[in-house]
Amino acid sequence: MWILDAIFSLPVLVVGLAILGYVAATARAHATAGSNFGTLAAQPRAHGTNAFFSVLIPAVGSFAALSLVRSIGLRQGVETLSVRSIFWLVLSVAAIGCIDAILRSSAGFRARVASEAWIKSLLIAASAIAILTTIGILWSMLFEATQFFRQYDWRDFLFSTDWAPNFRGNSALGILPLLWGTLYVSFIALAFAVPVGLFAAIYLSEYAGQRMRSVAKPMIEILAGIPTIVYGLFALITVGPLLRDHFAQPLGLGDSASSVMTAGLVMGIMLIPFVSSLSDDIINSVPQAMRDGSLALGATRSETIRNVVIPAALPGIVGAILLAAGRAIGETMIVVLGAGAAARLSLNPFEAMTTITVKIVSQLTGDTEFASPETLVAFALGLTLFVLTLGLNVLALVIVRKYREHYE
Amino acid sequence: MTARSHSLLVQDARTRRRNAAEARFRVYGLGAISVAALALVVLLSSVVSSGIGAFRQTYITLEISLPEAKLDKSGTRDPEVMAKVTTFGYAPLLQDALLRTMEQSGITTSLSAADVGKIISKEAAATLRDHVLANPDLIGGSVTLDVLAEGRIDGYFKGRVTLESAALDANTSPEALRIAQGLADAGVIETRLNRRFLTAPDASDQRPEAAGLGVAILGSLYMMLVVLVLALPIGVATSIYLEEFAPRNRLSDLVEVNISNLAAVPSIVFGILGLAIFINFAGLRQSSPLVGGLVLTLMTLPTIIISSRAALKSVPPLIRDAALAVGASRMQAVFHHVLPLAAPGILTGTIIGLAQALGETAPLLLIGMVAFVRDYPAAYTDEAGLFAEAATALPVQVFNWTQRADPGFVERASGAIITLLVFLLAMNAAAILLRRRFERRW
Amino acid sequence: MKDTHLAERVDTMTQLKISARHVNVHYGETHAVKDVSVDIDANSVTAFIGPSGCGKSTFLRCLNRMNDTIDTCRVSGGIRIDDEDIHDRKVDPVQLRAKVGMVFQKPNPFPKSIHDNVAYGPKIHGLARTRAETSGIVEDALRKAALWDEVKDRLDAPGTGLSGGQQQRLCIARAIATAPDVLLMDEPCSALDPVATAQIEELIDDLRQSYCVVIVTHSMQQAARISRKTAFFHLGSLVEFGETDRIFTSPEDPRTENYITGRIG
Repeated sequence: MWILDAIFSLPVLVVGLAILGYVAATARAHATAGSNFGTLAAQPRAHGTNAFFSVLIPAVGSFAALSLVRSIGLRQGVETLSVRSIFWLVLSVAAIGCIDAILRSSAGFRARVASEAWIKSLLIAASAIAILTTIGILWSMLFEATQFFRQYDWRDFLFSTDWAPNFRGNSALGILPLLWGTLYVSFIALAFAVPVGLFAAIYLSEYAGQRMRSVAKPMIEILAGIPTIVYGLFALITVGPLLRDHFAQPLGLGDSASSVMTAGLVMGIMLIPFVSSLSDDIINSVPQAMRDGSLALGATRSETIRNVVIPAALPGIVGAILLAAGRAIGETMIVVLGAGAAARLSLNPFEAMTTITVKIVSQLTGDTEFASPETLVAFALGLTLFVLTLGLNVLALVIVRKYREHYE
Repeated sequence: MTARSHSLLVQDARTRRRNAAEARFRVYGLGAISVAALALVVLLSSVVSSGIGAFRQTYITLEISLPEAKLDKSGTRDPEVMAKVTTFGYAPLLQDALLRTMEQSGITTSLSAADVGKIISKEAAATLRDHVLANPDLIGGSVTLDVLAEGRIDGYFKGRVTLESAALDANTSPEALRIAQGLADAGVIETRLNRRFLTAPDASDQRPEAAGLGVAILGSLYMMLVVLVLALPIGVATSIYLEEFAPRNRLSDLVEVNISNLAAVPSIVFGILGLAIFINFAGLRQSSPLVGGLVLTLMTLPTIIISSRAALKSVPPLIRDAALAVGASRMQAVFHHVLPLAAPGILTGTIIGLAQALGETAPLLLIGMVAFVRDYPAAYTDEAGLFAEAATALPVQVFNWTQRADPGFVERASGAIITLLVFLLAMNAAAILLRRRFERRW
Repeated sequence: MKDTHLAERVDTMTQLKISARHVNVHYGETHAVKDVSVDIDANSVTAFIGPSGCGKSTFLRCLNRMNDTIDTCRVSGGIRIDDEDIHDRKVDPVQLRAKVGMVFQKPNPFPKSIHDNVAYGPKIHGLARTRAETSGIVEDALRKAALWDEVKDRLDAPGTGLSGGQQQRLCIARAIATAPDVLLMDEPCSALDPVATAQIEELIDDLRQSYCVVIVTHSMQQAARISRKTAFFHLGSLVEFGETDRIFTSPEDPRTENYITGRIG
């Protein structure tokens, strides 16, 4: 009988209790007030709302907590709580909440304050998700990375220049070639994106007329809205072959379409809007009085920009570049499709190299067993990546914030 | 002290030099913008030019005879019995039909019958089998059906494959292309609009001509639903708390720093989180839109929170004060007065966050959405639960196709990107319209 | 007509520095300055007074073509400095602004050291060839701006760290360092306290010896204290122009009188 199953399923029961609480508490508030409405400290509806939340929130909370306890237990191979006991525990929490709320709904009870406290607790719970996400990220990576370092020496991981995973075991898993590829690609991307983005921002904020701005700004924003997989495909089918046929092969620098240069250039295009919009904000926050002061001394616009605006905006621009560097280091799809898969320590930008993110993808989507170091190394790589980008972001935020305080 | 000429009407050498430097500086700026514009144009045109072909497909119209002796020896027309005849039983019928059509059109060839049969897609046999199983009465007679041409033939009519390239290709030959051209002249082969590209499921490595985006679009749709249902309320609640209620202390500072950091965490890290927490720890199903949606929710939350807070902040304090002054509680002031005014801004931010999530690829690879899926996932099944059947997503499908050997998949991948970009364009247009329509200046 | 007018003036005791004829300024739809004609003498202080929004600052900004930097602003009419049309196609605003210095309402030192603030103008205009020459110019300018004694020991300290009055004198030193003929001052004391204001006024009195100073001011007392001639602007028009003493004792136009006696403004 599916109807019985549904009726006795936990969500339906809990919501049913909540609605029951709402109706009963409202009725009771009406009854205690009688004809004399003014004796109530709150509207009857507020009593109902309070009862509704008094059932729902503790029930959902206890369900989440008990399930967590159960699944942690199961991970260790112990059934600490059966499904049945969770069912009854949650249901009794809901029932207690319901009865308690109904009993409380008498004339003197400030039900609106109580129900708003429930809502506020929901808001706080929602805010906690952001923190829980960070904790989740750290925990998941630390947990699995520890497993990895139990099987693989951390000194080899950090300082070895050899990356050669082998599904039969005995793999060399040194991060240095991957780190090198990551930094090399990011460097080329920034070397392209920073001048272009910065000059574009300067031109748009200091020179361009209204019409030019209304065309160029949205155009650059479109670049920002394009998903990275599109840039990846662009690297794969257009930029890679182009660079190979017109630069790498004629110059005798190799014949691979996927290369550090391919990925770096395409990632550079992706970063242009990022650099230019951040720089634009920062350049615009330099007070007009500074520009006027310089122009009134007979400086040209470019002299004003180079000698006054840029030095004044420098901390902010450095912050923006650091944020862009964080993006570049963490970017995945462009390097997966554009940079190649071979771990290599080389200076030749037309050679295929690989990055941390590429190897995270390949180690986690491969066929190796999950508990093997070849798979677990992905978590150590992820942790490295997280620490790197977090460091860059915190540094950038500190610099930008300092800079903002300077002018506001 | 100064060598400056005293007349303003005469430009001295230094000023000329400085003005030249000024002009150069302007050129650099214009150059930077042109580089960005050029990159955008080349990017879009390269994707569109290589992908637009995916929306057209080459079909062969064949009259196929369906002998009872081969398809239903028992003569019962019982689908269960007939299902025993596999696609291998149907392929020769297609080949015969093609040879007969060639004869009628007066095309002769030196190719063997088997090689001529390769002009037809391997998918065609399955199409014919499904058609016959659905209409058992056709057996004994004949049926006229439009079947897919093989990928190379399709490529020939789209200009991707030429007689020269075919000479070097083990999978086709210039002679096969000549036959195809003859059939096209006779009106048997036609290249026309390909609706199946948006509805059909993926196809195997050998059949780029049959591959479609149906499963991927459905999977993306499911994930967007999950993201919308979770990220919007959580994001709005978080921003209301932080903007309206949170006391200014270390803890709320921590939450704020935390959110701005999450916004900058590489997306692939969210994939690691999803794999470790949702799949390994919580035991949710790999490749399921539910896990994908959860991961994308966590990834999108910072975007939604940041834009929602901006929207709440833009509602002037006057409105709150007015509500409080007539005796509303803080909570009532926020929910009855501030939130409705901030709603357009919040929605705009949500749409932009959704668009970001729709295009995201890397975290989905880690939670197994890269798998080959041919069955349309159901939204709900009893044994699996909500959004738990394996699916794939639009951007992941693109990645998947780039990993295949057959060059026909490059066209498919680019076509999928055009589809993705059209969705994104629609979403962003909606966001812009919403902003225009409800924009309020205080 | 105009030329004979000029010729007459050159003969007189004071030399004519700036002559503006029928100057109109539009900001988009707003007509900010209406048909203003005025002659300004060299080596003297001329004050522009009037209620806020009367166009006096806008007109001042025409004299070194600072209005060129605002997209929506259009200027018409003739302005001649040393008998050269500053709107002539051959005139480079960069050279013009080196010759016509400007000090703004709010002190706006660059986020650089005191020395670099003053050395900025000479550097871009190539007025000094060696480091020693630059230091000479910086010292000279700071002395003229009566700031040298206060800052000579901390020339490397940031200019933004000075007090408001010191910052404004630094800006004056910065303007002097490019060796201008004309100094435009746009309400230079409005952001300063009375003591700093007195210092700046004293400084302006000294500067009169070597520069043509044009000062926009809100304060009639200030105009009376420091200027030889005063121009009264109202609603974008030049209402009255003449010797300061006469303007303040026997104004000809009733609007000037109303303003001076405090009935408008």
